[in-house]
Amino acid sequence: MKAYLEGSQAIAKVVALCRPGVISAYPITPQTHIPETLAQMVAEGELKAEFVNVESEHSAASCCLGASATGVRAYTSTSSQGLLYMLEVLFNIAGLRLPLVLTCANRAVSAPINIWNDYQDAITLRDSGWIQFYAETIQEAVDLHIQGYRLSEDIRVLLPVMVNVDGYILTHGYEVVDIPEQELVDKFLPPYQLKYKLDPDNPLTLGVLAGPDYYMETRFAIQKTMEDVLEIIPEISGEFFEVFARKSGGLIEGYFLKDAEKVIVAMGSVCGTIKEAIDGLRDKKEKVGLLKIITYRPFPEEEIYQALKNAREIAVLEKAISLGGFGPLYTEIKSVFQGKKENPKISGFVIGLGGRDITKDSIRSVSDRLSGKQVDCEFIDLNLKGEHKDNLLGGSGVASQFIEQE
Amino acid sequence: MYKPLLSPGHTACAGCGQALAARLVVDVAGPQVIIANNTGCLEVFSTAYPESSWEVPWIHSLFENAAAVASGIESALKYLGKADQINVLAQAGDGGTADIGLQALSGMWERGHNILSICYDNEAYMNTGVQRSGLTPLDTNTTTTPVGKFSWGNIRPKKNMLEIALAHGLPYVASASVAYPRDIQRKVKKALAIRGPKYLHIFSPCPLGWRHEPELTYAVAKLAVETGFFPLLEFEDGKLSNVFKLKEIKPVEEYLKLQGRFRHLLSPEAKEELKRIQEMVNFNIEKYGILAK
Repeated sequence: MKAYLEGSQAIAKVVALCRPGVISAYPITPQTHIPETLAQMVAEGELKAEFVNVESEHSAASCCLGASATGVRAYTSTSSQGLLYMLEVLFNIAGLRLPLVLTCANRAVSAPINIWNDYQDAITLRDSGWIQFYAETIQEAVDLHIQGYRLSEDIRVLLPVMVNVDGYILTHGYEVVDIPEQELVDKFLPPYQLKYKLDPDNPLTLGVLAGPDYYMETRFAIQKTMEDVLEIIPEISGEFFEVFARKSGGLIEGYFLKDAEKVIVAMGSVCGTIKEAIDGLRDKKEKVGLLKIITYRPFPEEEIYQALKNAREIAVLEKAISLGGFGPLYTEIKSVFQGKKENPKISGFVIGLGGRDITKDSIRSVSDRLSGKQVDCEFIDLNLKGEHKDNLLGGSGVASQFIEQE
Repeated sequence: MYKPLLSPGHTACAGCGQALAARLVVDVAGPQVIIANNTGCLEVFSTAYPESSWEVPWIHSLFENAAAVASGIESALKYLGKADQINVLAQAGDGGTADIGLQALSGMWERGHNILSICYDNEAYMNTGVQRSGLTPLDTNTTTTPVGKFSWGNIRPKKNMLEIALAHGLPYVASASVAYPRDIQRKVKKALAIRGPKYLHIFSPCPLGWRHEPELTYAVAKLAVETGFFPLLEFEDGKLSNVFKLKEIKPVEEYLKLQGRFRHLLSPEAKEELKRIQEMVNFNIEKYGILAK
């Protein structure tokens, strides 16, 4: 059914359609509308689930861990500091091979405190064993949640899935969204069946101590599974198309890639802005294209190589930075071409941190810069002339942490 | 034939109070139980892959989150309609209970989950090599509160976990000791018969960290009770309902002198410190009416 919905409401509705038995979350902007909506649905009896109001994100993730281990589908959502506070639990969930879907309403991390969108939160979890999807639109976010549960609970996978949804831009934005019928979701997503669970009739010990003789194999197993996931995601996305008659999800998506000489690589909602900018550039006969990364973990190296191998200039645009290094996605896109005969010029651009608006002009300036010299880590749309520049940029940067009283 | 639910063959030290207490607890709880365990000695000595001592479903996640994991388990059982058939236990050591795990525990209690939380209190971080915790007694010699020219050891008395539990409005709060196994069994049984969040705090000597002979575990635990150092109490619906009373109370020195961690308190220079400890113990004896009249 199509409806004009706020992103958070749409996500809550689709999560409910996935029939989670335990929901646990903790308030943090900008994810809060999602659990609020779910709590209301539980309160109205529209959703049969236990809604557990925990005292922290750490406990929200832990509560979901316990529920999932008991064989009940669980759900949580968070943002920014909340995700960082969950961090050790999230590594633990992946290590325990427990299915779970988490929505991350992507937001900048402190300090300074900032509630607006970028990917510094989720990128921190890239090494955790979580599968990571990044949604461009509310519709895609909705679809990725259904696919996320299916993938996470697949007996070949048993890994948690994080659906990344741009804070405010998608969580608070409105869009006409197709919320699928319950029947179809039930058809696509069978009831949660966990073979290894906490059950007195078949007592198992979960979360053991594994010494140097055994630990490494557990990590190898996850790595091996992640490789398989690269094949399972397109399969599930294909089945999703058969059931819902909508193409959604997958590993990557191209926009005007076929003949593109310049390609912008990006993730999430900014891809919408990039597509519009590309339309304008195409009108001027500029051969620019977009490669959208939907699945960041596992990293679809081969698919990315096939998509980019004909490009001469590549710009990686990302809302994250490994401080002291480069943009994380940039580093990985560069690694795709290691040992390959093609040698495109690949530049890295950091953009939109802390909710800095990304306009079509921002995208055009990146596209223009591609013809110039290669850059590793250039910040786009920096304001180096503002009245507070001495304070924000001064000295060691410590000055940005306080405001002097007049 | 008796088949314990925490099987022998685990790697706990000789004389481990926690291993003893944990076996007593799970045996009373029976097979229809799910246990969430914080990181600590119990987890390490009972589940080194590829072996496990647990004959019941058991999960360990992290140091501080067993209470939250247990909350998820109990909520899942509710959803499955099995909450009445299966008991849920959340267990931890003193650090996992009173320090790093206190927030999750407080949340679990306040939400009213039907879970029995158990603290195996050996009064320091033993698994990492005897560092002080919030439940380490005053003047204890630990590796992070060493005795020295300017130090008598730990500078603060134990946090009162029973009162913290009571402040959450728990229907059942009790302390027990490995010196009194039947008392532990009775209290676990009683706790599990009550719906809602319950707390049982079990005094569990650690020969390694307390520096006493392994065969003295019972004797040390018993003296802790007989000197009034560790009172055995039961609170039902917030009211003190049962106190293990003593006809005569031994001086605290008798308890302290068996343990290397308190040896420095036996020197003539430590007289004042010893007096302070005896006064604290006297306060508890008075407060809880431990002396039988």
